[in-house]
Amino acid sequence: MALREHTNREYEGELRKLRDQLLRMGAKVEEIISGSIKALLERDSELATRMIAFDRRINQMEVDIDELCLSILARRQPVASDLRFITMALKLVTDLERIGDLGVNMSERVIELNEEPPLKPYVDLPNMANEVQGMLREALDAFVASDPERAQAVITRDINIDAYYSQIFRELLTYMMEDAHNIFRATRLQSIAKYLERIGDHATNVAEMVVFMVKGKDIRHTGKLEGETVRG
Amino acid sequence: MSAAAVPSPVKMKLAVRDLEVFYGPKRGLAPVTIDLPEKNVTALIGPSGCGKSTFLRSLNRMNELIASCRVRGDVRLDGEPIYGPGIDPVVVRRRIGMVFQRSNPFPKSIFENVAYGLRIGGINDRSEIAGRVERALGQAALWEEVKERLQDNALGLSGGQQQRLCIARALAVEPEVLLMDEPASALDPIATTHIEELIDELSKDYTVVIVTHNMQQAARVSDWTAFFYMGELVEFDRTNNIFTKPSKSKTEDYITGRFG
Repeated sequence: MALREHTNREYEGELRKLRDQLLRMGAKVEEIISGSIKALLERDSELATRMIAFDRRINQMEVDIDELCLSILARRQPVASDLRFITMALKLVTDLERIGDLGVNMSERVIELNEEPPLKPYVDLPNMANEVQGMLREALDAFVASDPERAQAVITRDINIDAYYSQIFRELLTYMMEDAHNIFRATRLQSIAKYLERIGDHATNVAEMVVFMVKGKDIRHTGKLEGETVRG
Repeated sequence: MSAAAVPSPVKMKLAVRDLEVFYGPKRGLAPVTIDLPEKNVTALIGPSGCGKSTFLRSLNRMNELIASCRVRGDVRLDGEPIYGPGIDPVVVRRRIGMVFQRSNPFPKSIFENVAYGLRIGGINDRSEIAGRVERALGQAALWEEVKERLQDNALGLSGGQQQRLCIARALAVEPEVLLMDEPASALDPIATTHIEELIDELSKDYTVVIVTHNMQQAARVSDWTAFFYMGELVEFDRTNNIFTKPSKSKTEDYITGRFG
């Protein structure tokens, strides 16, 4: 939004602070996801442990952002694009916090997996992780740039994630059917794929919020900007 | 400015077409075309000098009381041109009443303040006057507070009560439209709440047009909002749209406080 600055500079400062805090939280969440994926691929339990500890900072950021939003709502009675920005921030932090939690879950499964020898060389999982990270990064960049077209592109990508998930699930099933000893590791890998799929959903939510923030148009459950056919 | 679209089930009370107002050689209001829906509250917002009060006053020919003021264009009340030849402005003002920013009761009794318009309107029947005074005070949510002291001087009332008395005085002559020029700007928050509740109540029977500097007040009390800037109508839409997603960037800048 090419909006001018507020006449009231203190209000302007509060909105800028909120935006900065959201960006910082987004960066931290990206870090926890890429760290957890790295820990998986490089069998690095120590990195996984650090990522689990990292989540506490993300939770604190969520609390701080909620507080700031409440104070702006109470003191400034924001309207129009400011109102959309703040209500979006309140929802955005929930999605970001959930993504952080899913990163923790991934690292927990990684530590369990590293107790045993690798089940198989990973092929689809790194690709899926890449795609999910890309979506998350694009969704946050779309937020920074207030770019609804970029956000829309993220929403379109969610379909790839779902395809990866069913592919990985089918493959792991064959491993489990071959040998019951594979079940422990296969179910953990399947959980990780599920976490990635959920992160993709949250990234989609973030992208939908960016569209709402900029255009004032709610595209949830339709996945469409005006005049475009995106899904099915 | 083209006519703002209003969904068809709402009946239009005032139809304004290319209304222009000049103060001497200076144009105070560029041609405005707008339909004001019946039994709805329309708020007029905008910075000082934007033309909103000029527009409001031209809806009941109050601008004619200013010597240098000229009005061009057409305003119709239920289809009748209020600026038409042979139309008596006094009759117009009886159908389109007005309440001002500063409460201005006459230095008379509470009863006489409300009865005044009836008496000059030629009503002499005492019981009819008494009945209409009571009804007007009731509609203005003041009856319960003053019914025991109707003969007291109106100037002894609180600011909020005085303003409601002025609203009762405007209602006594049974207008169809009520114009309000910042009716609560001189009142404390509690008295303001009373006035806002009253506006809500009045909109069941009257078409209300209110000028306010308080944007939150416009958001609270109105169904429709018109934003004026530099003598022009910029945007007219449902209040909900104006305060969540206005379509004009000028409106956005003003209501979010990004002006000047």
